[in-house]
Amino acid sequence: MTTVTDLTEGKRVVICAGPGGVGKTTTSAAIATGMAARGLRVAVLTIDPAKRLADSLGLPELGNVERQVDPELFRDAGADPGDGELWAMMLDSKATFDEVVARHAPDEETRDAVLSNRIYIELSSALAGSQEYMAMEKLYEIWAEDRYDLLVLDTPPSRNALDFLEAPNRLLQFIEGRSLQVFLAPTGFAAKVAGRGTSIMFSILKRITGVDLLEDLSDFFGAFSGMVGGFRERAVKVNELLSDELSTFLVICGPQSEAIEEAAFFRGKLREQGLPFGGAIVNKVHRAGDVATDETLGQLERLLGSDLAERVASNYEDYRLLAERDRRNIERLASELGTDQVIQVPYLDRDVHDLAGLEEVNGHLFGRANDADVS
Amino acid sequence: MKDLLNKRLVIVTGKGGVGKSTVALALGLKASELGKRTIVCEVASQERISHAFHRGSVGFKETEFRQNLYGISIDPDAAMREYVLLALRVKAMRDLLFRSKLFTYLAAATPGLRELVTIGKIWELALDERRVKGTKPYDLVILDAPATGHGVGFLQTPRTFANVARVGPIAAQAETLHRFITNRRKTGVAIVALPEEMPVNETATLERDLARTVGVSVDRIFLNGLYPNRFDDAEIQALEAGLAKAPGTAWDAIAAGLAASRRAAAQQEQIARLDAKTRAPVTTLPFLFQPELEADEIRTLAEAMS
Repeated sequence: MTTVTDLTEGKRVVICAGPGGVGKTTTSAAIATGMAARGLRVAVLTIDPAKRLADSLGLPELGNVERQVDPELFRDAGADPGDGELWAMMLDSKATFDEVVARHAPDEETRDAVLSNRIYIELSSALAGSQEYMAMEKLYEIWAEDRYDLLVLDTPPSRNALDFLEAPNRLLQFIEGRSLQVFLAPTGFAAKVAGRGTSIMFSILKRITGVDLLEDLSDFFGAFSGMVGGFRERAVKVNELLSDELSTFLVICGPQSEAIEEAAFFRGKLREQGLPFGGAIVNKVHRAGDVATDETLGQLERLLGSDLAERVASNYEDYRLLAERDRRNIERLASELGTDQVIQVPYLDRDVHDLAGLEEVNGHLFGRANDADVS
Repeated sequence: MKDLLNKRLVIVTGKGGVGKSTVALALGLKASELGKRTIVCEVASQERISHAFHRGSVGFKETEFRQNLYGISIDPDAAMREYVLLALRVKAMRDLLFRSKLFTYLAAATPGLRELVTIGKIWELALDERRVKGTKPYDLVILDAPATGHGVGFLQTPRTFANVARVGPIAAQAETLHRFITNRRKTGVAIVALPEEMPVNETATLERDLARTVGVSVDRIFLNGLYPNRFDDAEIQALEAGLAKAPGTAWDAIAAGLAASRRAAAQQEQIARLDAKTRAPVTTLPFLFQPELEADEIRTLAEAMS
């Protein structure tokens, strides 16, 4: 039986990716707590704006720096914190962007020009891929400090898992854009364009956007142009870290066919980009036994009376069909991923939202529950 | 439900994986059957509607799926092009602009612009007198909004742009869009959620954020995936007693019954929490045990919405 320990053997960076709504945050937290309980110093990073990780780790809030989860809370939840440590942080995308700008700006003037630009202030969080880029940026920064045995990254809740891989390139393309050169005029866009005699173009654009917006945009793009080199260098380093053999991507998904399709697609993209794939974790898997035969029905009737027996059988059949569907989908997933490194976490009776719940999930991720089944 | 369907625009929002698209479609189906000319708008090219009705991709084209029910997938590039066509009446100017590398770059690179023109298209669809030639007005426009995380930011775009651009055509347009989104009489907001601990917390946060940062109040919360309460307390006791004596598959079946009732009970607790934490009325929708046939699923949910 595959366990998370197998999937992360020899790894120091684990990136949990997958479509939205499949329990990525919970799984990331469970992996981190499980590895901490095995004696490692672990940091888990989330950028989920819904503060789920903070909730599930019993932290009042998470900021842009790591905080240690109180070992007492583990004991309260019936888990052994061991010699390990668990740290957690929630990425503040905007604050990280500010830090990145401050680092890459050639001088204070450029830094202040960007940080005070209205478009940057109001819209940098809307910049395509900025959240994802900043998640990777922060991951690299913490990695470079070398304070942890293992980093677990819970990727942003993007529409599809792929957005996460492509986002940094989108942001880089934006910053590097060749058309950017057009905006490099020291006196601003309007003067430059007018000076070139293309004032018609300007007046057309003005009709659509308004003149203030054009000036602000011009300043915004102009200020960024000085930082292209810094961003590019850093992106290369981040990419090196992601493709390093010390890193691994785990695909987290549910057992529904859509989630499975997306997971398989994501696996293909990882291969294309030469990124390491560790395996898949399928959450909320329905499990059931054999079809209820006439003999089973007879037994149920003797125990429960015919009316209740019939309803119990019909409920069982509903869940058995769900379990069948899940089993087929997971078989398909394994064959499409070309691996048997698939961990299944069963659909639990209660949803997981605290350390005790994480401990239960860990029974499945780290194999204890499965061992118990066997014995 | 009537109050929601009597709006001109209904924004269906919620986090990923809660069945938001399916609920948006079910709402669309329901409205169309009440005789309302209805269009469901997708914004992330998921093509869920065409998938559900077994059609090819709809793309940026108003497509009729059945009587009174239309769908469109709003591609920001196409919406941008349409916006320019409508803003610039002189063809020579438009051609100049479309050929200009500068415009192409600005259009692609300006943060938030794609969201703005997407909302602009939704507004256009909801106008009494449509701007696009040869089109007819709709009674109801349903927006399958991007999953939250992104959701509040998406709806906030018009106000942000109005602030950034200050004056000029974009500022004026953004202001119009913001007024439209926040017009309670015309625009309704529904959140789709699941009866689980974290989704309930997130729904409460989302309701508050929508009010605070966008300035809209939530008209209804759809709580999706509700398990039936199959066994009463006496029956649960009988199941527990039976479990001790049941062999093999009979044990599995009784255990499944007990697990189902535990889940149903846990969901009831979450419904109570949601009621306490949120202001909008809640409509529950059933969990569907054969969820792979999407058209049937949408039909069942639409019926559950009465």
